[in-house]
Amino acid sequence: MKKNLVFDFVIILIVLLGAAYFAFKKPIKMGLDLKGGVYVVMEAVAEDGGTITSNDMDRLIEVLERRVNGFGVSEAVVQKTGDKRVIIELPGIKDTQKAVETIGKTAFLEFKLVESDGSLTETGVNGKDLKQADISYDNFGRPQIVFELTIEGAKKFAELTRNNIGRQLAITLDGEVQTSPTIKSEIPGGKGTISGGYTIEEAKSLKTLLNAGALPVKAEILETRTVGATLGDESIAQSKQAGIIAIVLVMAFMAIFYKLPGLIADVALTICGIIIFGTLNYFEATLTLPGIAGLILTLGMAVDANVIIFERIKEELRGGNSILKSVENGFKKAYSAILDGNITTLIITAILFSLGTGPVKGFAVTLTIGILASMFTAITATRFMLKTLVLYTDIKNPKFFGVRGK
Amino acid sequence: MKRLEIINKTKIWLGFSAFLIVVSLIGIIKGLNLGIDFTGGSLVQVKFEKQADLKTLNNVFDEISNEISQVASTSRKVQIADDNSVIIRVPELTEEETGTLLKKLEEKYSKFDLLKVDKVGATIGKELKTSAISALIIGAILIVIYITIRFEFIFAIAAIIALLHDVIIAIGGIALLGYEVNTPFIAAVLTILGYSINDTIVVFDRIREVYRRNKARNLGEIIDESINDVIVRSINTSLTTFLAVVAILLFGGASLQTFITTLLIGIVSGTYSSIFVASPLVYLFEKNKKIKV
Repeated sequence: MKKNLVFDFVIILIVLLGAAYFAFKKPIKMGLDLKGGVYVVMEAVAEDGGTITSNDMDRLIEVLERRVNGFGVSEAVVQKTGDKRVIIELPGIKDTQKAVETIGKTAFLEFKLVESDGSLTETGVNGKDLKQADISYDNFGRPQIVFELTIEGAKKFAELTRNNIGRQLAITLDGEVQTSPTIKSEIPGGKGTISGGYTIEEAKSLKTLLNAGALPVKAEILETRTVGATLGDESIAQSKQAGIIAIVLVMAFMAIFYKLPGLIADVALTICGIIIFGTLNYFEATLTLPGIAGLILTLGMAVDANVIIFERIKEELRGGNSILKSVENGFKKAYSAILDGNITTLIITAILFSLGTGPVKGFAVTLTIGILASMFTAITATRFMLKTLVLYTDIKNPKFFGVRGK
Repeated sequence: MKRLEIINKTKIWLGFSAFLIVVSLIGIIKGLNLGIDFTGGSLVQVKFEKQADLKTLNNVFDEISNEISQVASTSRKVQIADDNSVIIRVPELTEEETGTLLKKLEEKYSKFDLLKVDKVGATIGKELKTSAISALIIGAILIVIYITIRFEFIFAIAAIIALLHDVIIAIGGIALLGYEVNTPFIAAVLTILGYSINDTIVVFDRIREVYRRNKARNLGEIIDESINDVIVRSINTSLTTFLAVVAILLFGGASLQTFITTLLIGIVSGTYSSIFVASPLVYLFEKNKKIKV
């Protein structure tokens, strides 16, 4: 019995110190809804019923990453989700409107043949085939764009130019014709120039668009969410206030209703809180507004295991058992209810996590961690404190356990 | 505390629940107030220096609608909050259109702080509906499996009916209140699943224990005794959770209103159903048979 207590104490101390270390090591990461910023979901769209390969997706992400880097945000995220979607997160951006516009600028490059009536025909050569573009100067010192195609693209381009010498080839970005040079000869090596009497500024911006903007596939914006910094600050202040009030109310209730064990539950709740924060920080979980609500909700539910145990102890005391015996039996008999109840809740959080997006996932994570932490503290920390108290002090009156009468 | 006799008044409890479910279903059939997460569209939230009045705002938006048709009075929804902020919901706007809207608003109105701009495509909305429904179904099936393994199939059925009861009442309550529902609402409904089942399981756990101790007794008495044993715990846990939730409702800001209200209804209903619905149902299903837990 006493040996077990030492063991319990060591476990609790290790977990608590570890959690406290991670809880205070660095500030917890906050989601866009708290910090302000931009959240964008894009989807790659295949042309003419084609398929999107994982290679297309890799290149799309690469291009988007290059664009996002332009914002100089340190915690920017470009992340693939599902088969053909990309999530972009830019926390702390001030000009949210502009950011969305820049990310969303689709810039899909296509080469199209110009027909005699001025209409354009698809050639099947597009941004997918472009390797890179650069600026050079012709013999007269006029800026021009030189571009290099991929091996696959070079083959297609050679065939295209061979069969259409003398015709105009339009270069379009997002369907808008940028320039329509005439094909003078077959271009076999996959290298070409676009000379259109550009100023140096025009040439530069065209180069940038081709490089950073030539998406391998068309990408559509499905969802954007931008949160201004003011709203984020307000949300943080309000959640803090709500959290503190919730803690005070729950703790007061436990102390008033369960007396001595209630106070112990309050200490356990504090330990539980530190463990939750430490774990969240260790896994670099992002705290969102629903996530905070999940945390506060957890506080209310966290005492459930304690309530189940204390009610059992009271029953044992009413049945005439000694305090020590009652505490032991109370814990023993409460286990199965605590376990079954929490496992079913964990099933739900697992579903929330796997099917939810963004903030809902955050909510599921905090709820899961909260449930596990509260289970741990209830059966280790509460038990340790309660047993120590019963073993080493002289408490004999069931009144301290909230049992009336006798 | 006076001893509660639940089982011999089964008809009253189930009747009361049936009434609530009918009212909720009427609310659900009437329709939920779906937000842009479900329907697709754009939402712009701005905060003015002083309280905006709806009439002036509507005039401004009417003028803007000449250029951006989505802002027309028939398609926009304008909501003014206490903190000088204004939320406007319209069908999907392009980035350029959103930019124009904000510029026009600034020209025609006083200065404001841009709080939030959301745009959700129709595809996402449709997917959200599908995934919400499948989450509910998968959740229910997994819970039935778990309870069947740990208890007995009949208990699982009773628990699932109690759970549907809570979910229907929570969704119906929100429908009747007319609160707008978005993604966090789904999280709230699923949390109710977890809460409701947790509460029910603790009652079932006790029924199993009392039954094992004295198999010869009448099932109704066993269930009554079990409920009386655990009711204080049930009420106390609901109370502490309730206190936490009320704190968020009062101080957590308007954006969580639907989320929290859904949880509140769910907690009250979940506490009621584990005692007054799930347990009587176990009695009804099993009274003529021997249970073998």
